[in-house]
Amino acid sequence: MVRAAAIWAGFVTLLVVPAWVAATSPLLAWREPVYVAAGFAGVIALMLLLVQPLLARGDLPGVALARGRRVHRWTGAALVAAVLIHVGGLWLTSPPDVIDALTFNSPTPFSVWGVIAMWAIFATAVLALLRRKIGLRLWRRGHRALALIIVAGTVLHAILIEGTMGTFSKAVLCLAVVAVTLPAVITFRGWAAWVRSATTSGSD
Amino acid sequence: MTDFSPIRRALVVSASAAAATGLSGLLVPAFAQGLAPTPTMRGGANNYRPGAPIVERIGGGGFWMTGTVRRAGDGAPLPGQRIQIWAHTTEGHERDPQSHGATLTDATGAFRLEMPQIVPAFGQPHGHLAYDDPEFETVFLRPVMASARDTSLHVDFVLKPV
Repeated sequence: MVRAAAIWAGFVTLLVVPAWVAATSPLLAWREPVYVAAGFAGVIALMLLLVQPLLARGDLPGVALARGRRVHRWTGAALVAAVLIHVGGLWLTSPPDVIDALTFNSPTPFSVWGVIAMWAIFATAVLALLRRKIGLRLWRRGHRALALIIVAGTVLHAILIEGTMGTFSKAVLCLAVVAVTLPAVITFRGWAAWVRSATTSGSD
Repeated sequence: MTDFSPIRRALVVSASAAAATGLSGLLVPAFAQGLAPTPTMRGGANNYRPGAPIVERIGGGGFWMTGTVRRAGDGAPLPGQRIQIWAHTTEGHERDPQSHGATLTDATGAFRLEMPQIVPAFGQPHGHLAYDDPEFETVFLRPVMASARDTSLHVDFVLKPV
């Protein structure tokens, strides 16, 4: 009980503090609403990366694995939406900077990592939609490999940016994202449990 | 991150003088004996609005963009050259017309234009400068500030005659 409360408290703190720091950044005063929204969509995308492995592994106390997996799919869809808003909003704010980034021609080193993570997120969405066609084995391997690329790309992207997020709270959130992602993509425990639940319930 | 910035700034801003002499000198035989021209930087021309008016000051001021303009080869200072400047500042985005202005170099080839404080945008606190007139080849620069708290930025142009 105490452990569950501590996990939830830590989880919520890891999400709320960086979001609060970003939402109260002095830089916001000098940005148009569409730029503010684009930036915050990026912050939310990073936050969702902390949520995803925890849901997939059933690590959040009180959220059963099967339910966590259902939410995980919707969170994944939200991640795609957040990336579209992030890139679309930046495009409206400064089209040439986004074109440079998307064509891997940007002077800023972080852009390339963000674009790589973006494509890996889109590829995951496509793979998820095709998962029944491609088979569980390929889907599992593909999802895990892409998840690694997404997390590595996003963390490098976020850390190298001087933006609305606070340096310290951003670093802590990024470390946490890496810490929860690695066991999720390396271990087979979560997948084995999911396969068991899927075969016994007959769904999926 | 701030720790890396002085290095980056040194690389980016002073590339014109130091690095160019050594590196591009090999690639541009005509200038092998002297000062090599400043290459255009990636993204330097982003949100450029050609023909920004020559102004006493951009907006309310408070931040100084300074620099020099010299001729490639002999390094002679170039007076009367128009340098166009824009940035994301406390008074507007890069695309906004009020964020753009131009100034002329003095007799010593130096320029300085007061403008609003540059604030980080698109991940870095940076400015944009352009030389875009017929006499020399066009150059677009995108220097990055060592710190977002800096209140000035210095940029050197070395221009190649057309």
